[in-house]
Amino acid sequence: MKNHAELSEVFNKDEQRVNWHDETLWFVRQKRDKATHQIPDWEELREAASQIKHNVLSDLGNYLEQFEKNAVNNGIRVHWAVDAQEHNKIVHSILKRHGISQMVKSKSMLTEECHLNHYLEDKGINVVDSDLGELIVQLAKEPPSHIVLPCIHKKKEEIGDIFHEHLGSAKGEADPQILTETARIHLRNTFLSRRAALTGVNFAVAETGEFVVCTNEGNADMGAHLSDVHIASMGIEKLIPKRKDLGVFLRLLTRSATGQPITTYSSHFKRPRPGQEMHIILVDNGRSVQLGREDFRNSLKCIRCGACMNTCPVYRRSGGHSYHTAVAGPIGSILAPNLDMKQYADLPFASTLCGSCSNVCPVKIDIHEQLYKWRQVIVKEGYGDKKKAAAMQAMAYTLSSPKVYRLAGKAGRWVMKHTPFAVNNPLNPWYKQRDMPEAPKESFGEWYAKNRG
Amino acid sequence: MKVGLFIPCYVDQFYPNAAIATLELLEKLGVEVGYPAQQTCCGQPMANSGYEHLTGGCNDLFVDNFAGFDYIVSPSGSCALHIKEHLHSHDNEQAATGIRKKIYELTEFLTDVLKVEKLDAKFPHRVGLHQSCHGQRGLKLAQMTELTASPYSKPGGLLNMVEGVELIPLTRSDECCGFGGTFCVAEEAVSAKMGKDRVADHIQNGAEYITAADLSCLMHMEGILKRQKSGVKVIHIAEILNGVKEPVA
Repeated sequence: MKNHAELSEVFNKDEQRVNWHDETLWFVRQKRDKATHQIPDWEELREAASQIKHNVLSDLGNYLEQFEKNAVNNGIRVHWAVDAQEHNKIVHSILKRHGISQMVKSKSMLTEECHLNHYLEDKGINVVDSDLGELIVQLAKEPPSHIVLPCIHKKKEEIGDIFHEHLGSAKGEADPQILTETARIHLRNTFLSRRAALTGVNFAVAETGEFVVCTNEGNADMGAHLSDVHIASMGIEKLIPKRKDLGVFLRLLTRSATGQPITTYSSHFKRPRPGQEMHIILVDNGRSVQLGREDFRNSLKCIRCGACMNTCPVYRRSGGHSYHTAVAGPIGSILAPNLDMKQYADLPFASTLCGSCSNVCPVKIDIHEQLYKWRQVIVKEGYGDKKKAAAMQAMAYTLSSPKVYRLAGKAGRWVMKHTPFAVNNPLNPWYKQRDMPEAPKESFGEWYAKNRG
Repeated sequence: MKVGLFIPCYVDQFYPNAAIATLELLEKLGVEVGYPAQQTCCGQPMANSGYEHLTGGCNDLFVDNFAGFDYIVSPSGSCALHIKEHLHSHDNEQAATGIRKKIYELTEFLTDVLKVEKLDAKFPHRVGLHQSCHGQRGLKLAQMTELTASPYSKPGGLLNMVEGVELIPLTRSDECCGFGGTFCVAEEAVSAKMGKDRVADHIQNGAEYITAADLSCLMHMEGILKRQKSGVKVIHIAEILNGVKEPVA
């Protein structure tokens, strides 16, 4: 399997497309800036959110039990899943019990993380994603490339081709309004004919046992309200203590995500309507392990706004698929190694540590510092790049000894000055698109000894 | 006040003029500067690659060289930040802690400690200021566009004291150049693309020179400018602040 660097190299073969991808996401970052700079106490709001989540993570067990108790009292059936497989089994068992073979699903990155669609397809259950972006990537048989903007890597003409093939729109039709209308008609029929709907959860309120789902398209509501069975899947870190805390989080979420003041729909689900069944699946899938990693615990504060992706200069120029994990970008790069350190050993290195991600994060996760820390863990655990290890040993040896350093410096500069081909050759990755610095005739140390010594 | 001058390894080897300018500038401002001859590197190249556990030798050397100074000043925000955040010593943690508190990047030292208000320097050119990430977001040398907070810029303030400098606005004023240490070779495709985009922003906005408080970024962008056979040049901020007598070759 290709790593981030290799996948990025493929992505960068079409430079115009990289420019388009970069500009598109930078536009979202600018919309975010415009929205956040209008809130004078924005930085205090981020701090408040961070502290509320800190409180939740410090007492997660009790909050979960409180939530479960209140949810059960509201008539919701609560399930606990230790991992992805158990989550998928629970969903399947609920559908099986009702004899349901078709389900509509609104946006849920957790189900992407659990690969629920594949699991259910193998069991003969048809799943239709009802978020427009999710529907597009589902029809294209691709994973989402962004947690908020799943098909941001697709141009409207490509979406037109997909809709022509799968939904019968006119060939060559690329007008966003017409394509959206095509999807709307298709989905309307789906909503009316599905007896089960699965939604994600943005926030679960411990004191009331309710949960909040945020969408711009109203697709979660359409699915849930028309279904006999509503299943909500949530990671155990999605809790907030009180309903009033939404006053902090709902202000932060969409401004950070898209620059909107709030999502079009922020729907509260508290109890099933008469005759309906409502289920919540509380999923761990590595989260309690991450909770136990002191350096990385804060990553569980994430509210999945995607701001760190939009601002990341690497993400914008490598695309979400280069991260080969459900949650891409900076946040994904600190979450994924917890799930599988070997498979995702490359991700913490897919960053310049510029720190922009930490600055936009609405819950103030120290993302770039965790990337640095993951690098140390990955190397120590033996998952680092083997080629690098010898070079690093040699470098550490050279830089620990002033004498060796001076000799190596002289040799290095001599090589560059007299045999530029030795350094300026295509085997040196630097040289592919960049020239080497010119070698000066003496180092500063040598100049100093001569002039000031 | 005795200041220890820390010249990072690649500046020592490849950009001695920036180091000379830093030394001369500090001396002109009346500072007593010492340069410990046995210095090498802050250890960041290893640490950022995940090999912080191999930096013990570098750290001890750094402590030996610099513990005796009142301040340590370096013409590199990135190296200064690394020392500030990661310098530790098994044998002398107290000295290491002291160093972490008294290390400064050059423009930070000029602004916050020396409180420089005027400079005797002239540089009649259109200059693009690259905000190197570790200096800006790590050492807070300038306000960051992500935050809702009042603008300021320590390097920008100093450049404005230089006669003739025309600071050009950038379309993206604080985006990373893509150098990133070993990232520049390990992730060659993205690194080079980031560098090309950064350079293009300066060129489109009319820069004759690109300056920064970090030569690592400038080395990266210089490599791209040269490959493109561009007439735009890079110059370390110390050279501008010290007053460049001759046009840079």
